[in-house]
Amino acid sequence: MAHVLSSLRRPLIGGAKSYARVTEDICAPLEGRPTRAWYAAIAVSATALLIGAVAVTDQIWTGIGTWGLNKTVGWAFDITNFVFWVGIGHAGTLISAVLFLFRQRWRTSVNRSAEAMTIFAVMCAGTFPLIHMGRPWLAYWVLPYPNPMGPLWVNFRSPLLWDVFAISTYFTVSLVFWYMGLLPDLAVVARRAEGWRRRVFAGLSLGWDGSQKTWLHYEKVYLLLSGLATPLVFSVHTIVSFDFATSVIPGWHSTIFPPYFVCGAIFSGFAMVMTLMIIARKVMAFEDYITLAHIDAMCKITLLTSLIVALAYGTEFFMAWYSGNPYERFAFLNRFFGPYRHFFMGMMLCNVAVPQLLWSRRVRTTPWAVFAVSILINVGMWLERFVIITVSLHRDYLTSSWTMYHPTYIEVCTLVGSFGLFLTLFLLFCRFLPMIAVSEVKGVLHYAREGDGGPHGP
Amino acid sequence: MAHELVAGVFDSEERILAAARAARRAGLPIHDAYTPFAVHGLDRELGLEPSHLGVVCFRFGAAGLILTLGFQYWASTFDWPMNIGGKSLNASPALIPVAFELTVLFAGVGMVLWFLAMRGLSPVKKPALEALGGVDDRFVLALRREPGGPSGEALRRFLEAQGAQLVVDAEGS
Repeated sequence: MAHVLSSLRRPLIGGAKSYARVTEDICAPLEGRPTRAWYAAIAVSATALLIGAVAVTDQIWTGIGTWGLNKTVGWAFDITNFVFWVGIGHAGTLISAVLFLFRQRWRTSVNRSAEAMTIFAVMCAGTFPLIHMGRPWLAYWVLPYPNPMGPLWVNFRSPLLWDVFAISTYFTVSLVFWYMGLLPDLAVVARRAEGWRRRVFAGLSLGWDGSQKTWLHYEKVYLLLSGLATPLVFSVHTIVSFDFATSVIPGWHSTIFPPYFVCGAIFSGFAMVMTLMIIARKVMAFEDYITLAHIDAMCKITLLTSLIVALAYGTEFFMAWYSGNPYERFAFLNRFFGPYRHFFMGMMLCNVAVPQLLWSRRVRTTPWAVFAVSILINVGMWLERFVIITVSLHRDYLTSSWTMYHPTYIEVCTLVGSFGLFLTLFLLFCRFLPMIAVSEVKGVLHYAREGDGGPHGP
Repeated sequence: MAHELVAGVFDSEERILAAARAARRAGLPIHDAYTPFAVHGLDRELGLEPSHLGVVCFRFGAAGLILTLGFQYWASTFDWPMNIGGKSLNASPALIPVAFELTVLFAGVGMVLWFLAMRGLSPVKKPALEALGGVDDRFVLALRREPGGPSGEALRRFLEAQGAQLVVDAEGS
């Protein structure tokens, strides 16, 4: 039952909303004309996407010699962006699956857009290994398919192949999970729409009618998908970290990588969710749905993961010293004092120092302050990936192979393009699909609320 | 098979829960209920059996695990043996990540497809009693009119007595 009354609890949704009002509010951005702010935002993001598209076309046409890579630094911007974007996706699954399993009802206001964020982020991530292949039209070679070249199968013992399976499974399961969550809401949108929109949404809603017989199985499916997606989150970034941990490069060959990467992913993902939600609640007037309590709760998770990430940094440094391995020690001293020290300092500042502001309740409940913190965390987490990948590579065992890496404008434009892709997809999502899970919000509408005149309002 | 239904439209989950409970006690044939969100406890009041999809999910997952472990073992040990750093051809720990991912994929996607097929959800399906607002903000309880059972008028009176705002005759599958 939705009614849980206690002086200790606060309503999850602000205002005295009725069921019909919830539908009205959440469907309003889909049904009216887009605002000027939306047009301005999509103009900027589509321009960024276009810049990226031109850069990607150029590097595929000319070859990836257009990048700043060299014989020592064979992975740099591309894999940094790949790991960064995969990480961004993780908070979406965490909010939708893990918080669902923990019965955190506040997730209902943010899970839909967080899941959408996951899907778009994984799409951005996927483009980088694809481009990195150099010949993306042969990308299907990474899949085990019957072929006349042998019989030739892929190497199932390579972490890079594990990535293929991890990312594609993660994308598919996230997409299915998201679509399943959308089903009841698509039926609501279809019911209100007219003309071709009605036909499209009715088709997409698969004839959903709210039958209790369907709800019974649907809830089981949702629970089990959450149960399946939860270990998937942990496995995906663990496998991504194996790309590094199974190698012998100082700074990469580290057993702490799996939990450290997973926490970093959740940390950066939550920062991105907050960045997007703070804008969305303002632009779409969703303040009653995405309340300060939601931001406060997300800040607490961000703070916790920041502390875990800080602990991981400390553990890495301790182990570099304690292992007695001179190469490992050097790799870490090089991070501190080497030519890329500004990146390292930036990472420490953004990931360890800045999130400490979230101890303050006042900061946690001031949207612009949280927005600033979340942007800095995103910058910091991108720097972290750059430090791990490039800074570990640029000075290896042989001093004769030491070199510096500088990105070319093509690489920078590709990064800009990935942000363009992500934001364009997100803005289109806000425009065409309900950004908040209508049916789930209705289920928690009366949580801790009393005397508001019942579900159909005063 | 089409059924003749009498549907009552309620405005809250409490009312539909109470109506379903009363209908069950009175031994009336309940067809289904249509609600905008999952009303917990309503399945029990309607006398629905718990979902068996857990078993379906497990079976798909088990099939995925066996298939992918078997395939990887066969491909890397027999069909295309590769000597990589002198490691065993059957280095089973290396087979775990792919097997895990595909177990999850089979379990998740298989279960969802099973669910859609079982409930007949497809782009061409016409939603039942759509006009009554069961997907949006109303709670609809549909009773079946059966030969030899209570008359339509009796069902209508029952639903009205339970507080239904609107009672309509309908057809349902």
